[in-house]
Order: sequence, then structure tokens, then C-alpha cells
Amino acid sequence: MKLTGAQILLKCLEEEGVDVMFGFPGGAVIDIYDEIPNSSVEHILVRHEQGAIHAADGYARATGRVGVCLVTSGPGATNTVTGIATAYADSIPVVIFTGQVPRALIGNDAFQEVDIVGITRPCTKHNYLVQDIKDLARTVKQAFYLARSGRPGPVLVDLPKDIQQQVTEFEYPDSVSMRSYKPTRKPHIGQIRKVVKLLKKAKRPLIYSGGGVITSGSHEDLTWLGQTLRIPVTSTLMGLGAFPGDDELFLGMLGMHGTYAANMAVNNCDLLLAVGARFDDRVTGKVDTFAPNATIVHIDVDPTSIQKNVSVHVPLVADCKPALASLKAETEGTLDEFDWAADHKPWVEMVQGWAKEHPLTYKDDSENIKPQFVVEKIYEITKGDAIIATEVGQNQMWAAQFYKYARPNTLLTSGGLGTMGYGFPAALGAQRAFPDKLVLDIAGDGSIQMCIQEMMTAVCNKLPVKIIILNNGYLGMVRQWQELFYDKNYCATCMDAQPDFVKLAEAYGAAGYRVTEKKDVEKTLREAFAVDKPVIVDIRVEKEENVYPMVPAGASLTEMLLV
Amino acid sequence: MSKHTLSVMVENEPGVLSRVAGLFSGRGFNIYSLNVAPTLEKGVSLMTIVAEGDDGIVEQIVKQLRKLVPTIKVKDLTELQSVEREMVLLKVNAEDSKRAEILRIVDIFRCKVVDVSVDELTIEVTGDQGKIGAIINLLNRFGIKEIARTGNVAMRRSMQIEL
Repeated sequence: MKLTGAQILLKCLEEEGVDVMFGFPGGAVIDIYDEIPNSSVEHILVRHEQGAIHAADGYARATGRVGVCLVTSGPGATNTVTGIATAYADSIPVVIFTGQVPRALIGNDAFQEVDIVGITRPCTKHNYLVQDIKDLARTVKQAFYLARSGRPGPVLVDLPKDIQQQVTEFEYPDSVSMRSYKPTRKPHIGQIRKVVKLLKKAKRPLIYSGGGVITSGSHEDLTWLGQTLRIPVTSTLMGLGAFPGDDELFLGMLGMHGTYAANMAVNNCDLLLAVGARFDDRVTGKVDTFAPNATIVHIDVDPTSIQKNVSVHVPLVADCKPALASLKAETEGTLDEFDWAADHKPWVEMVQGWAKEHPLTYKDDSENIKPQFVVEKIYEITKGDAIIATEVGQNQMWAAQFYKYARPNTLLTSGGLGTMGYGFPAALGAQRAFPDKLVLDIAGDGSIQMCIQEMMTAVCNKLPVKIIILNNGYLGMVRQWQELFYDKNYCATCMDAQPDFVKLAEAYGAAGYRVTEKKDVEKTLREAFAVDKPVIVDIRVEKEENVYPMVPAGASLTEMLLV
Repeated sequence: MSKHTLSVMVENEPGVLSRVAGLFSGRGFNIYSLNVAPTLEKGVSLMTIVAEGDDGIVEQIVKQLRKLVPTIKVKDLTELQSVEREMVLLKVNAEDSKRAEILRIVDIFRCKVVDVSVDELTIEVTGDQGKIGAIINLLNRFGIKEIARTGNVAMRRSMQIEL
């Protein structure tokens, strides 16, 4: 069957099972857009290319499938770079198709030409410039394979316009064979047995779970291990939802804004089982004093993550899923002869004592609405059954601390890169994947303004995402740092000059609510959640509320500022 | 900080050199020298990279190189017995009064004179880092006007002999 490059691309997407892509047209991709009406792949038109990549990313995080976005050359392509770096930092499988000027013009500074392959080389897992139409189908196949296998990540495919127009025989490869790319998946059984031995010996074990558990779909085995062997579990921001947030063994996040119990547990544990987490500086605090008494086991599919920040005693390169399944299989056989619960009881009690001593809390001591109170109310109303996207900053930390994530893929947040403007378009991607779910974006008044134009995408495509703005009139997290470490020099963080968010919502054809009284929070949230269209709820919260606990940058985890 | 010689086999696809070099610059690793050329196998190139760093940095460099999609194999030759060679072209001031001495040095070091003019000699030197360093030191006093170096190429010895 002879097809044009544009037709081949869409056929490839169909073969990969892609049902939707997010994009924005332009001169260098008109040929593809010309074919979209003939394809089963739905296209969602965003209002800015950054929205397209974040939406594809949100779709990927919520579904566990590969997200797809399509943009034009030059500025269209460069507008995706922040989103690509976001997906790269959090290991999210996304395939980005960019238009490129015709091959004859490449390198000639043609109109809307940019070397996007060069620009995105450091922030993609891999990228391609298709230079021969005969390579197109194989390249797309490889791009999807690379994006979702091993440590997932974004893969970019740059498509010159003349390649889209050329005609060739279409044949989609059945499989991918790349001799230079063979990610390790299965764990070394000897290492697994070593871990079981260490677990048996440990009196104060702790599981430190990261985004890799969610990406690999191994949350059930993680939960089994924690609950059956009675091991307390702490999580990175990216790992929230992998272990039930309301379980008595769950300590919440560790690190800079982690709980007292989690940070104390890290400091006192004698075995730290790190699974799919990469010892980010926001987690470790001062590296020299991180888990000082522990033997550290590190399971990660990416060998570069092991020994990068923290020296580990037992490295285990493997996908979390087979690794945890293997750990489960090896420990299941011990349940008759070894009493894990009795062995860990004193430790579990000690950890739970810390949690009781300093629970996650806030002072509800003023007339003003506390942002933590809003997040608690959201949890109460939704009963944890919602997909929560967040922007970045204080709103993100409160959403992480005060909402108990019961299942994986229910928190969509830019952990590694910390991208303001991520949450709303990501929520749109999730809402497209799950039309019947309640999808919320917990936002700040600063970050929501970074991609607010996607409200039009939401309205046009009937994606009823609810944006909850915790509006304190500040770029709150920077203000908090200025307050604590820069002598209250609130330079450039005051956001008093704001749009009327209610009118803004209405201008787009969405619904808008404003809440200024504490008594109206719950009622308004319930009303907003019931509306079958996009909503902005602008909640005026306490202006100078801080996120606590807080470990100052560079300090040890035990040096926490508490409420 | 010590120098490590890494032998990196890669798919010879567009941008692969930039990917490797970008990995070093993006992570603040220092490249001392880098040499790339095709191998006997079609579509495969061999890079010899001399990089500086402590053991932790070099371990991370090796892992990051392995992680690149076009990388087929990475070997740290520093731990192994290997043959290392570099070729250097040196253009040296060589007035009549100095010429004989320079030629004696060329002879001792088993180098080759590859170009001659009235007051200059261009010398081809091949050898390991020690030999190259030594001859540069010796010829410096005559005035080296230009230098072109290939960077190290290296290969693991077939027999690893315990000494």
C-alpha cells in the first residue's frame, strides 16, 4: 500500500493504539493535519504548544500509556521544550512529533526553522530527524518503544515537510530490534535473596518508594510487602498513591516538606529499601547525614540513578515490577517460619509514636481560610476518588500533604522540574482519558496564570476540569523562602495585581466562583464539583501561610521547622 | 582526579558525537581528548575518550554513556592493560644551527620528518602520552610554532598478564 509520509504517520499512530493527540497546527505540519480527518486518531486543539505537551504528559501519567503531541516547526517546537523537560525529569512516556522545514532548506535559516533535535537532545530520552521516508515507520515504532520501555521518557521525532509529502510503500514493523538498547528488566536473583536476608536481619526497616513504582505498575506488590511484612512506608512526591495514603503504616512524604515521622524514620532506620526513587536533593537534604544508620538497598531500572547521589550498599538494577514480584515470591515462603509482624512491632510503634507526636497539621487560628483546610475539604468531599493535578509551589506541597492518595496515577504533578503551568493542561489530558472522573487542578494564583489560555481548550472539548486556586496573592513558596531566609524581602513575589478569575472563567464560557469566607468553602466546592463544565474556584486564603514541616535547603532531615 | 581512557562503541548515526559530547558538557564532566573513527563493521564507530575525574565521576560517566540509545559498548581501559597511541604533528623552528640537534632528537624518538622548509621542520610523532610529552618538552626550547594532535586511540591488550 503506497502512502504519503503524513498518511504513514497516522497509520503508525493507529497501529500503536493511539486514540488521541494534543496539538497545534502550522505550515510545516499542514500535510499531517490534512490527513487527520481520515484517521481514527482524535486531535485536540490546544491554545499553546506548551499546553499540548503537558496534556499529553497528563494523559500518560493518568493512564500509564504513551501520550502524543503534534506541533509545527520553529516556535511550535520550541514552545514544547519546557514540557519535554518536565516529562524527562519525571520519566513520563511521551512521543512528540514536530514539523520541520523541507530537507533542502535545513541549515539555511529558513522561515520557522530551528534545530529542535539539537535543542532537545539533553532533555529527551532519544530523538530523531527523519531523513528518508523509508525510515519513517520504523522510527515511529522505535520512538514508542523507547518512550515506554526501560526508564520511560519523552522521545521526539522531527518530520521534514517534504518527507510528509513523499510517497512510499507502508509496512509497519512487527517488532523493534536495537542492539544498542536492551534495558535490564529482570532482577538478579542473588541480589534479591541478599535483600531478603537483610530484611530478616533488620529491626528497623523502612521502604522509600518513588515514581518508578507507579510507572512500572508495581504498587500492588509494594503494598503487599509493606502490609504483610509490617514495614513502614515513606514516599517521594512522585510516589504518592503507590501505597494507600490512609494506611497506618504510611508515613507520607519524606524530605524538605516531608512529615516528622518520615524524616525521623529515615534517620533511625537500619535498612532503607529504596524502590524506583532517585535520592533527589529535595528528599535527602544534606547527603552526608541521610539515613546514617541504614544499610541502603536501591532498586532502579536506570543504572545511572544508582550511586549517583547516595552511596548504596546493595544495588539492584531492575524494573520495579519484576523486582518487587520477586521479593514478594521470596518472602511469601518465609511467612510460616518468620514472624515479621512481631519482629517489626517495636519499630512500627516507635514510628507511629513520631506520627502522633507531630502529625501533619496547621494552626487554624484565624478568620481567614487556611489553604490546608481547603485541601482537607477536597479530600473529604471526593473521598479520595479524584484525579488531582497540581501546579507548582505551596499549592503543590499542600496538595501532597493533606490529600491522601489511595491509588497510583491519581496525582499528576511536576516533581523533578517543578514546572509552573503544568497542572491545568495535564488535568485536561487526564480528563480526556477519564471523562467520567472528577479531575481537579489545585493551583496557586501565580502558576495558574502560566497556562490559563487552555481554558478555551477545556470549554471547546467539554473537559470539565475544576481549578481550585489557593489564592494568597503571592508567589507563595518563594515568598516563604524570602520570609525565612531573606529577611522578608518580598521582592517580586507579591501578585496583588490579578485578573478577576471569576470573570475570566466566564469570559471563556466556564463557570467561576469566589470564596472569601471559611463557611462557604465546602458548599462552594460541592457546587463546583457538580457543574458539568470547566470551573474556576478562586479561594482567598491566608496570605502568609507557610508549608511545614520544612527542612531548609542543605540541612539534615532531622533539622525540621515545624508548625 | 585521574585520567581515564574510555573506549566507546556507538552506532554511527547522525548527531551521535553531539550526544556524547553533550553528555559531558551538560553534566560538567571534562573531556581531555576525544577521537572518533569508523570501525571495520559498517555503521559502527569507535570513540576513544580520555576523561578526568575521581572514581565516582568516572563511574557515572560510564553509566551515562551506556544509557545513551546509540551506545553499543563502553569499556574503561584504565583498569586493563591496553595499548595507547596518539599521533602529533609538530612544526618546529629549525634554523641551520639547530637543525642537526632537532634531527638527532627525531632519530632518538623514532619520529619522522614529514615537511621541511628553510627554517622549519614538521615532525610526525606517534606514541603513548609519555613519549609525546617528552618530545614536546625537548622541542619546546627550539620553539614549537604549531601543533596538531589526534587525541588518544586505545585498545585492550589481547593478553592480560599479571605482573
